[in-house]
Amino acid sequence: MSDADAVRAYTVRLELVDEPGELLRALAPIATNGGNLLSIFHERGNLTPRGQIPVEVDLEATPERFDQVVEALRDAGVNVIQAGAERYSEELTVLLVGHLVESDLSDTLSRIEASGSASVADVSLSAPNGTDQVSSARLRLVMNTDGVTQAMETVRTVAADKQLRLIEPLAAGGDA
Amino acid sequence: MNDVRLAVCGCGAVGRSVVELAGNYGHELTAVADSTGAAIDETGLDTAAVLERKRTDGVVGPAAPEALFEAAYDVLVEATPTTLGDAEPGYGHVRRALADDRHVVIANKGPVAERYGELSALARDSDGSIRFEATVGGAIPALATIEELDRDAVTAVRGVLNGTANFVLSRMAAEGLDYDHVLAEAQDLGVAEADPSFDVDGTDAALKCVIIANVLRDGGFSLADVSVEGIEEIPGSALELAAEDGRTVRLIGEVVGDRVQVGPRLVPENGTLAVTGTMNIVQIDTENAGPLAISGRGAGGPETASAVLADVGRLPPL
Repeated sequence: MSDADAVRAYTVRLELVDEPGELLRALAPIATNGGNLLSIFHERGNLTPRGQIPVEVDLEATPERFDQVVEALRDAGVNVIQAGAERYSEELTVLLVGHLVESDLSDTLSRIEASGSASVADVSLSAPNGTDQVSSARLRLVMNTDGVTQAMETVRTVAADKQLRLIEPLAAGGDA
Repeated sequence: MNDVRLAVCGCGAVGRSVVELAGNYGHELTAVADSTGAAIDETGLDTAAVLERKRTDGVVGPAAPEALFEAAYDVLVEATPTTLGDAEPGYGHVRRALADDRHVVIANKGPVAERYGELSALARDSDGSIRFEATVGGAIPALATIEELDRDAVTAVRGVLNGTANFVLSRMAAEGLDYDHVLAEAQDLGVAEADPSFDVDGTDAALKCVIIANVLRDGGFSLADVSVEGIEEIPGSALELAAEDGRTVRLIGEVVGDRVQVGPRLVPENGTLAVTGTMNIVQIDTENAGPLAISGRGAGGPETASAVLADVGRLPPL
């Protein structure tokens, strides 16, 4: 089997307008062009600097079909931010504690995303005493193997700027 | 060393337990001092009488505290309360005993964390030597284990080194309670002191990490070199979010290379470091043998006294 025929895994990063039916419309060109959908991270509650909703799609396809998928997505008017064979191989979970809502949680997430070092795969917020009190968030960040240190640096900087308390996993982004 | 004549300086929980247990280890107690008085008998003190007097009169004996150093003894047990900065009066006690060419077993973190270099120099100039197993992890033989390994093959040491903080975090996670509630409960149970600042703000764990770093790197570290963060006011919601994901939060001290830090960290809920209650754990990462972990009771009179008395046994004859 030549490389051209081999099915590979790809990650496509899309930006969607916040309207009903957009997600379905964005996914249709993948199936119709022979891509096999593996997973979708729909980052609800998180907006890109352009005010759109970021969606990360993992799919399998041959390189040729992948090119067709990306082309079809662009033809359909879907913003394709990033398309590549590189899948995020590392993930880190951190906790943030503080006035998360008052300090604009979606801006916090956007800043982490905007740094380019990590993608926010999942966010859980717990504000048992109301959003004007101290709340906690669990963030699952995905990144490339060599991006761990930089991603943690970004999270530390953003947390410090917003006076949020950061609880890191053991041995993340250090020399360990 | 066996059949040792012990002088015990400091009569808190650890000092009292050393006095009580010394006989079981075949040692003789010739002097005990607290901050206001001393009891001295070169033929061997009646330990029960000394402890009874401390209990009823609040003082161990009629002599002046300094008289302890004039007594006939082989090993000084320094068990006065930990102080920061100049680490006095503990440091002065160690210096005096070494100047007199006696061994010193130290249970007081202050001198070993804050003035390690000076202590080493004093020990070099003395026929006596120092040991301080009890300063790290209570009953856990952390320093003896590091000593047995090739220090250069130790790549990192991590651990839960404060039982009070660990009790608070594990109760919060188990019961879904908030920090202030659990801390108050810990104080009622006697797990936390009336002023638990050093336990919950990370200072106590940081001192232990400094001592580990000093042992690994032959000195050069003090409390000022540690990045310290405590567990104060961590909300119950943070522990809940961690638990939803199979994780929990522990106050972890780390010595990795020349970096020493203490802070709350996310760890796997069923992982090695997630000990519960007042337990402590020390994990030593080695280059050739992977991780070694020892857990046990990190505080308490008899537990810490057992580390002191094990150190007495490790001392070379004078």
